[in-house]
Amino acid sequence: MGRRAWLIIAIPAVTLFIAFWLLPMAKLAGLGAATPQGMDVSAYWLVLTQPRYWQSLANTVGLSLAATLATLAIALPVSRFLARHPAFPGRRVLMSLLIFPLAFPGVVVGFLVILATGRQGVLNTLAKAISGEPMVLAYGMAGLFIGYLYFLLPRTIGVLMAAVEGIDKHWLEAAQTLGASPWRRFVDIELPALTSALTAAGAMCFATAMGAFGTVFTLGTKIDVLPITIYDEFTNYANIPVAAALSVVLGLATWAALYIANTLASRSAQRR
Amino acid sequence: MTHSRFDTRLGLTITLVVTAFLIGPVLLSVTAGLTKNYFVGLSSGLTLDWVTQVWDLYADTIWRSYGVALATLATTTLIGVPAAWVLTLFPGRLSRLLEELLTLPVAVPGLATALALIVSWGSVGWLRSSVLFIVIGHVLFTLPFMVRAVRAGMQGADLVVLDEAAATLGASRRQRFFDIIVPAARSGIVTGALTVVTLSIGEFNLTWLLHTPLTKTLPVGLADSYASMRLEVASAYTLVFLLMLLPLMVGLQWFAARTTRTGSITLGAST
Repeated sequence: MGRRAWLIIAIPAVTLFIAFWLLPMAKLAGLGAATPQGMDVSAYWLVLTQPRYWQSLANTVGLSLAATLATLAIALPVSRFLARHPAFPGRRVLMSLLIFPLAFPGVVVGFLVILATGRQGVLNTLAKAISGEPMVLAYGMAGLFIGYLYFLLPRTIGVLMAAVEGIDKHWLEAAQTLGASPWRRFVDIELPALTSALTAAGAMCFATAMGAFGTVFTLGTKIDVLPITIYDEFTNYANIPVAAALSVVLGLATWAALYIANTLASRSAQRR
Repeated sequence: MTHSRFDTRLGLTITLVVTAFLIGPVLLSVTAGLTKNYFVGLSSGLTLDWVTQVWDLYADTIWRSYGVALATLATTTLIGVPAAWVLTLFPGRLSRLLEELLTLPVAVPGLATALALIVSWGSVGWLRSSVLFIVIGHVLFTLPFMVRAVRAGMQGADLVVLDEAAATLGASRRQRFFDIIVPAARSGIVTGALTVVTLSIGEFNLTWLLHTPLTKTLPVGLADSYASMRLEVASAYTLVFLLMLLPLMVGLQWFAARTTRTGSITLGAST
């Protein structure tokens, strides 16, 4: 058949990808094997052995995990409520409000966190009025955590909503007829049915949080997470081998997390 | 089935709290951008002065962002629609691998992609100093979204069969592509286009490393104003940006509700 003749029209996309992503990435990965000035081992070895890079990596992983778990815990009841109530006045507006922040880049999210919890933020004003003590969260890990919640929640709610809608209602009805309490129905039927969707959404959250740069950039470049470390090594110290090695490590970590997410998501979609 | 009253109330409460958490700061920003003096409060009066000041200071970044978004859109459409058709024609393991590869610039943090571009192409002077460098980054980042949306649009119709029937009747490949495939994938292309423009206008992580002082885009200007301008100006600039996003998001939701089963949209601004 003449199908093969169509292959030719995919060439521009493939060429662009190879020339501007694949080969440059390979070069970056190669640069990570170089020896930084004044050192006698390769940058990969440095990145894996020096405590300050370890610290930065541990901070990033810890914060991303915490933000992921908190997001899942908050998004699940929201998704259940929206999936179980497909029609009520104001639902469309509510959905639009929950979806709109999907389009906000990290820099803007960082600014919104400053407006809410920064020095001149609402939280600080309220805290001063109530207890007399100031309360400023924005410029440290707490502020970054809030920022991560802000961009992860809208991404997660939609995914979990689809999964809740996919649960066979007959099981729940049968359990109810047999006298199972709402809590038992949630733990014994809903949670097991949602496991793969929750894992997939969690992996997506984790990968997104690990690579976030704009949010941290606005909140303050003193926060020690991996994207800021990479940026510092590259711009302030011109230490390209270390920046390259760290980028490759970070890229592999987020890619692996997303790969797991996609595999689980397509598996749970097939089951439906 | 009846839901327990406690379950419903708890769900509603958490939903409203989350909505307030997401929209509250946006309202704060809009208010701050329109207030004479934010620290005094709304009692100082409303004004459009800050918005005017933003226009004087940053109009070039707004136009440049629109230009970059349109160039990105043109490129992703020209190369993405054909690629999506090839992926639809060959649904095997190889094309799954190809799609997985094309998605890598989204899976890997923008910072890494930007560094890779700089170490490989940064020494090409005319490219490094041109806005084209930013467009290349944006195309890499948005192409997977275009391909996915167009593919989704192609799968509904029995396009492969239609195409083969037209070929049997003697239609040339060019005729089939423009008269059968592109019209059938129309709604997918529109969804993809809205997604690409939304993402390009807000892209920061790649752009921050790829820009030069002469090629600042809107998000780069935003970061600049957050660091060095008074809160009212930064807020007014954010307000302008939100107003640019609004029609795109409304359009996306409208299309998603019409074309996809769940009405959900796939989008992920660079964080």
